[in-house]
Amino acid sequence: MTDQFTPPPALGCRTSPVLKQRGQREVFCGLTGIIWLHRKIQDAFFLVVGSRTCAHLLQSAAGVMIFAEPRFGTAILEESDLAGLNDAHAELDRTVNELLARRPDIRQLFLVGSCPSEVIKLDLSRAAERLTQQFAPKVRVLEYSGSGIETTFTQGEDACLAAMVPVLPETDARELLVVGALPDVVEDQMLALLDGLGIGPVRVLPARSVDAEMGVGKNTVYALTQPFLTETHAALERRGARHLPAPFPFGDEGTTAWLAAIAREFGVSDEKFAEVTEAPRRRARAAIAQASEPLNGKSVFFFPDSQLEVPLARFLTRECGMSAVEVGMPYIHDAVHGPDLDLLPAGPQISEGQDVDIQLDRCRAARPDLTVCGLGLANPLEAEGLSTKWAIELVFTPVHFYEQAGDLASLFARPLRRKSILTPSTGVAAE
Amino acid sequence: MKLTVWTYEGPPHVGAMRVATGMEGLHYVLHAPQGDTYADLLFTMIERRDHRPPVTYTTFQARDLGSDTAGLFKKACQEAYDRFKPEAIIVGASCTAELIQDDPGGLAETMGLPVPVIPLELPSYQRKENFGADETFFQIVRHLAKPMDRTERVSCNIIGPTALGFRHRDDVQEITNLLYELGIEVNVTAPMGATPSDIARMGQAHFNVLLYPETGEQAARFCERTFDQPYTKVIPIGSGATRDFIEEVRALSGATAPIDDQSLRQTWWSRSVDSTYLTGKRVFIFGDGTHVMTAARIARDEMGFEVAGIGCYNREFARPVRSLAKDYGLEALITDDYLEVERAIEALQPEMILGTQMERHIGKRLGIPCAVISAPVHVQDFPARYSPQMGFEGANVIFDTWIHPLVMGLEEHLLHMFRDDFEFNDAAGPSHHGGHAPKPAVADSPSRPGLDPGPHGQPIEVPDQVRDGVIWLDTAERELKKIPFFVRGKARRNTESFAAEKGLNEISLDTLYEAKAHFAR
Repeated sequence: MTDQFTPPPALGCRTSPVLKQRGQREVFCGLTGIIWLHRKIQDAFFLVVGSRTCAHLLQSAAGVMIFAEPRFGTAILEESDLAGLNDAHAELDRTVNELLARRPDIRQLFLVGSCPSEVIKLDLSRAAERLTQQFAPKVRVLEYSGSGIETTFTQGEDACLAAMVPVLPETDARELLVVGALPDVVEDQMLALLDGLGIGPVRVLPARSVDAEMGVGKNTVYALTQPFLTETHAALERRGARHLPAPFPFGDEGTTAWLAAIAREFGVSDEKFAEVTEAPRRRARAAIAQASEPLNGKSVFFFPDSQLEVPLARFLTRECGMSAVEVGMPYIHDAVHGPDLDLLPAGPQISEGQDVDIQLDRCRAARPDLTVCGLGLANPLEAEGLSTKWAIELVFTPVHFYEQAGDLASLFARPLRRKSILTPSTGVAAE
Repeated sequence: MKLTVWTYEGPPHVGAMRVATGMEGLHYVLHAPQGDTYADLLFTMIERRDHRPPVTYTTFQARDLGSDTAGLFKKACQEAYDRFKPEAIIVGASCTAELIQDDPGGLAETMGLPVPVIPLELPSYQRKENFGADETFFQIVRHLAKPMDRTERVSCNIIGPTALGFRHRDDVQEITNLLYELGIEVNVTAPMGATPSDIARMGQAHFNVLLYPETGEQAARFCERTFDQPYTKVIPIGSGATRDFIEEVRALSGATAPIDDQSLRQTWWSRSVDSTYLTGKRVFIFGDGTHVMTAARIARDEMGFEVAGIGCYNREFARPVRSLAKDYGLEALITDDYLEVERAIEALQPEMILGTQMERHIGKRLGIPCAVISAPVHVQDFPARYSPQMGFEGANVIFDTWIHPLVMGLEEHLLHMFRDDFEFNDAAGPSHHGGHAPKPAVADSPSRPGLDPGPHGQPIEVPDQVRDGVIWLDTAERELKKIPFFVRGKARRNTESFAAEKGLNEISLDTLYEAKAHFAR
């Protein structure tokens, strides 16, 4: 099924030595995930129990302030809440009552733990249980941690989805569960592809509303669409479900390999698989070829940020002609990231964790053509003459599956095209 | 516990960052967990700074809490000194570190660093960003500034501008020029642009010009007490206030040099007949205390508006804002609850809002024009062009900024005359603003495909999903609706031109994506 690709490298990065450093990390905390999760799960409200810093982070993390009444807010801890924990629980109950009275459309409430709530050991699971009893069956109350002391950026989504797994009903049905929050248009494309392969019913976690029928059990098989869902992966295994390991569905190769793993599991014939994937694959290849032209022969350096780094490095090196200098990940999980690491040709420095000043030294020494990093580093690096791609855009933009493969390549190509327009002497081919 | 959707101010350590980032040669070691680095992007993205803020975060994690977070702090502090070699270091804790009580100040003191180390106590669960900036700058001045002989020529310090301030960059330039015209030298401008050694010589100035009480008042008072330097009380925003400020500076300095006010156009622009339509427009004013109080005077006395409501989000300024409101026959709204401000505006139904970026969004929702007069800042508040709020040029800038959101004189009348005109109506918005009012869309209305507004505003039926002789099949049409509205029109145009080029007369889901791939770049 995957015979049209460059053969896998003789030596991938799975066994490459990993550089682990510890120091200042220039990354968001897990609360940031709320920014896309609250749009995805349309009957949910995310209530952060935290400080003014948490509220300020949520407001600032999208790069600019976003408005309209959002389905998230912060219960800001005040001096009096820190004095006695019982009072804090009473205060939380009062805040939740106030909130649910104002937003009667809310069916799921997530209490989201933060650094301060965890340091004062405010037990949100107890609060969630108590509030669930109070508001059942109208509102389901769950809790997870988005704190910086526990989670990095996209791990917030992981913690949120992992919190939903234990409350899924038990089922014996042999069903496919696809896990990861995708933009609706991409999710629909994926479902159409699976439907074309004759696979169904397919369940998606997170569902758009609490009413979606979804169960899990020992006959469930699941595929992850996002490489940061390691806790959710563990929670599903605990429920007896079985993981279908595969590279992540970025680009032609990743999407095809991802679908192939599912197709194999459900006994789809090679002919059927080819018939369904042939047209979109051709389109994806054409779009990538066009969009990746400025990337060909260029080098890329990944700072650890979104946790998408390894699959994206695989896409850029194998489908866009780039070479990777360093691929940094906040953390590496062999079962989840292994298939992509196998395909990533050995050579780049694989690093886990961060000491940002030392990593910046490495980056400056390497002078990569493109640096993928967070918003705090992008402009300073641009000012030093390095082209950058903000990692957060990769999380907010539809980039999965065939029809977005060209867009994904253009996201990386745009900074280089822009530089070639503004400073034509850089030698990057203008279009 | 307080339920908050949007906040006007960040936590106090962000205020400290505004001071540190504004200065040079100073480093801030912040005891903070992973994630607090988000604050860097305020400076690198909103203000488009080309350097990282001079802040080292200790980045402790859950597993460190049981062991040695204090050791982690000392290590980070030493490494920050070794790498950046600052002239002075400020140390403090963010909200989480405050709870673990490691005492960064005490720890840093034991390290024997060869530069001054200034500890900050910023209570995260009580105070906010402006306090953080004000307190940090005060502590820096208190630790570093030394009594010195006055400069020979009359000089002053400019106090208060910080990184991420609302137009601070241009205000400083405007006021520096004004002082120069008066024959007064600026000894030190701080925090913005100052090094710790500059702070040390602040005592040389004859007096201080306090531009932003929110972030500089404690330091100004300290200098008054300690160095016997009086400071200015008038904030030179608006033409009247600028003239008062000049008089105040003359009184403090003895300067007599004349000021050339030829560049002040605002007063004539305001008097010219075209501005008649501004008369008595009801405005609601909200922001930080200083900008609100200056805006009220401009609104009433220099623009001829009626001030219909007034308030501020920083409680530190509740008293002066309340007393000013009384002069306007109003009761001030003192709150940092965005929803409360929204309710007040909804109830008052002003014709215009002079507010912050938050009120701009309230205005957008309620259909009320809004001009931004104060922080919290947004990337739009850092224009490439010179646009101060202070001094005579500031008065000009404010005139332009405030009338821009309004429907102008004659156009306003025409709207009243022809309010049922299908293209030219109140919902269409001022004609000098491009494309913000969605037309009764053909391409973008998900519920009514194929409905085109006819020449008389009446929708005329066209056969479903047929446009320009091309048929959109249902699946393709539905797919198109899933594309964000702001690119949907382009996607539709591209797909149709692709179909035309290929000689197709219907558009399927595949055509849509063939076109997408074709145009991919």
